[in-house]
Amino acid sequence: MPTETTPRLELRSITKAFPGVLANDQVDLTVMPGEIHALLGENGAGKSTLVKIISGVLHADSGDLLWQGEPVTIPNPKAARALGIGMVFQHFSLFEALTVAENIELGMDHSGNRRTLEARIEEMATKYGLPLEPRRHVHTLSVGEKQRIEIIRALLLNPKLLIMDEPTSVLTPQEAETLFKTLRQLAREGVSILFISHKLGEIKALCHTATILRGGRFITSCNPAEESPKSMAEMMIGERLTPPERSDTDHSGVGRLVISNLSAPAESQFGVKLDAIDLTVRGGEIVGIAGVSGNGQSELMAHLTGERLAPSASMISIDGVAVGRKGPSDRRDMTAAFVPEERMGHAAVPDMTLVDNALLTSHRRNGFTLRGFINRLKSEGYAQIVCDAFRVKHRGIRHAAGHLSGGNLQKFVIGREIEHTPSLLVANQPTWGVDSGAAASIQQALIDLAQGDSAVLVISQDLDELLTISDRIAVLHDGRLSQARPTGDFTIEDIGLAMTGHEMADNTGPSEQNNTRSAT
Amino acid sequence: MLTLVPRPESSKRMMYLSPIFALSATIFCGLVIFSIMSFDFATFTFTSNPFDPLVNFFYTPLTGRSGLTNLAMKATPLVLIAIGLAMCYRANVWNIGAEGQYTVGALAGTGVALAFYGVDSWLLLPAMFIAGALGGLIWAAIPALLRTRFNASELLVSLMLVYVATQLLFFLVYGPWKDPDGFAFPESRVFHTAARIPQLFEGSRLNLGTPIALLAVIGGWLLMGRSLIGFQIKVLGAAPNAARFAGFSEKKVIWLTLLVSGTLAGIAGLIEVAGTIHQLVPVISPGYGFTAIIVAFLGRLNPVGILLAGLLIALSFLGGETVQIENGLPKAAGSLFQGMLLFFLLASDVMLNYRIAWKRHRPAPRKIAQ
Repeated sequence: MPTETTPRLELRSITKAFPGVLANDQVDLTVMPGEIHALLGENGAGKSTLVKIISGVLHADSGDLLWQGEPVTIPNPKAARALGIGMVFQHFSLFEALTVAENIELGMDHSGNRRTLEARIEEMATKYGLPLEPRRHVHTLSVGEKQRIEIIRALLLNPKLLIMDEPTSVLTPQEAETLFKTLRQLAREGVSILFISHKLGEIKALCHTATILRGGRFITSCNPAEESPKSMAEMMIGERLTPPERSDTDHSGVGRLVISNLSAPAESQFGVKLDAIDLTVRGGEIVGIAGVSGNGQSELMAHLTGERLAPSASMISIDGVAVGRKGPSDRRDMTAAFVPEERMGHAAVPDMTLVDNALLTSHRRNGFTLRGFINRLKSEGYAQIVCDAFRVKHRGIRHAAGHLSGGNLQKFVIGREIEHTPSLLVANQPTWGVDSGAAASIQQALIDLAQGDSAVLVISQDLDELLTISDRIAVLHDGRLSQARPTGDFTIEDIGLAMTGHEMADNTGPSEQNNTRSAT
Repeated sequence: MLTLVPRPESSKRMMYLSPIFALSATIFCGLVIFSIMSFDFATFTFTSNPFDPLVNFFYTPLTGRSGLTNLAMKATPLVLIAIGLAMCYRANVWNIGAEGQYTVGALAGTGVALAFYGVDSWLLLPAMFIAGALGGLIWAAIPALLRTRFNASELLVSLMLVYVATQLLFFLVYGPWKDPDGFAFPESRVFHTAARIPQLFEGSRLNLGTPIALLAVIGGWLLMGRSLIGFQIKVLGAAPNAARFAGFSEKKVIWLTLLVSGTLAGIAGLIEVAGTIHQLVPVISPGYGFTAIIVAFLGRLNPVGILLAGLLIALSFLGGETVQIENGLPKAAGSLFQGMLLFFLLASDVMLNYRIAWKRHRPAPRKIAQ
């Protein structure tokens, strides 16, 4: 809670322009000492730019930056650290082959003696309830433990302001709760925390104040405790939010995708091996696979698309045909469709036009090519249909796909697959990094596809999403997949436990009591 | 203060304008250099007209009865090789050994010509073409095999094979294929008429090679711009993961691009020995295989661009020779112009993705954090 009256950090009318876009347009922000302050906004709202200005990575074109009441300029990240501004990034910058202490040492300007450092790490770890062994090698740690390294690295500099960028996106619900305890303790000691997250439920529980940005501009400040996640989401997108709707259908259809006993060795030292995965996805249902990223999601996805071949053909069947040894094209010929996690450079070629990107996964379909030559009209028409049907905001279908915002490109990629009405769709993180409006329309499209008797498999880190759209959920941990159970049988806590490798209890209570299907 | 501001999208207009900028800057700098060279500082007068070498470099080679013929004949191997190389580079396959593939193509064609020395059959020339194509193909198949089988860098393998090919040429021309009646000169027999590529017109040196190069331009344009294979090549080069996801085989594309470019280089070598030199000599190329790399990039890896770039670079070869003869300039003058052209092209290419803007100075910092 604010204890002093001088703000720790105050931004006045910060403006920053990039080619063709005003990333920050006269943004104001005030963070008090000991305050946990949420920075809210859709992708592209200007949060990252603002944070980069505070941490000295970027420089504002105009506007004032006041640190404890005094105007300052922060020319580089080192100056920011000297002021007492610490950062914990969403993506870790750690060397997998080095130890915890070595990694921390590398990130510090004055680390001093290794032994003293190790002692300080342990002291910090105990004080803030962040258990961490300084001599462990990073590649042996879990994602949550890796994040602790980043937090301790920031704390060792005795920050007065700690910036956390999407810290919980890689954590299980339980790990997130532990992190919140630490953050609350820091705030009590007077550290200000700027907390960036799109999980509005967390913000409501944790933060004292929230600043909302939209389109680079300051929109409003509010007290998250007095708002609902839905009302905050609507402030972020500036319009009313329609949560995806579904009607319960009969899921007794035939198994369109059958994975039986799929095992595969890890491809590299830091890869994950798949261990006897069993799953059936029937026509008309959406099955969700939950789990913290890095537990075999990309490996499983590569085996499902055919980019990696299964050790034996029968391990994966589509509509009764064993396809484990067949490549992506053969699987698409059976009207299966896939949406990989990474949009840029995997699902789409950023330097190529939307027309070419429409052709990317449609080239085997009727009419797109003729005797080895491309039928331009066909792919142009298809790109236009996809853009219209999924309301993709674009500058023209002959412009490069890389220009689309993340949400629009994702709508295009999903639309490209769904518009063919596949009998099976497998999507990995379909709404990752996508704004709530686009996410809701993507989720609705997945639901609609399943209602038309297609089988849909969604791999996602976002539990709320899976609870909203899935009929059944299974949890992936360390390359092993739990049994899929009806969504109503789960609580968030159950899934959280399974995500850290605990076996799920066999007898959960009646589904009516535990139904946590939330609609954000 | 002038600053470079990134463009949101790379400029189509600059793509066409930047070669023109580069050419203008090259001509201007050439003029400055020639002015300094012909200026007598003792008497403060020009000893010769500084425009003279410039005219001799860029214009004189195009005049006269055989001017355009010479240009076409120089451009033919450059364009043929560069069309194949552009396919490789689009796919991120780094074949820089076209010089070797060219040499082996020439050797294979010569082998057929010498084996059937004196045989007067219309079948001989097609057989030589096939041999030349196969020679280049086999030489390019080696890096393709090593890359796809053992993940060996095709860049290094193809480059090293250039030197192997050159040694092979020396061995043959100094050894088994030396003309028995040639007074021990390191030259093969002069090909008999049936083994020579016929001229297109009476009294002109222009031969079938030039139409073949034009066919390659059209073929390259169709393949890269219109076919699914060209699409696969481009996707693989731009985003290998997306290519895998789309179901395109990386190995297939590596094999295809290397084999096609090797074949084209081999045919270029055959055309040079059977169409121009008419025998095997120790030096059969002024570095066509390497210069073609420049041509490919100067032409923006686009077949039509390559045709224009090939003509420009061919002109710089001829212009270099003309200024040597007419103005007594050193041989390096030609290379100097090629170098300047590339240098300015790369410099102007910055304008593809950036534009120049005038920016005011940032306000002075008030207080710097310690």
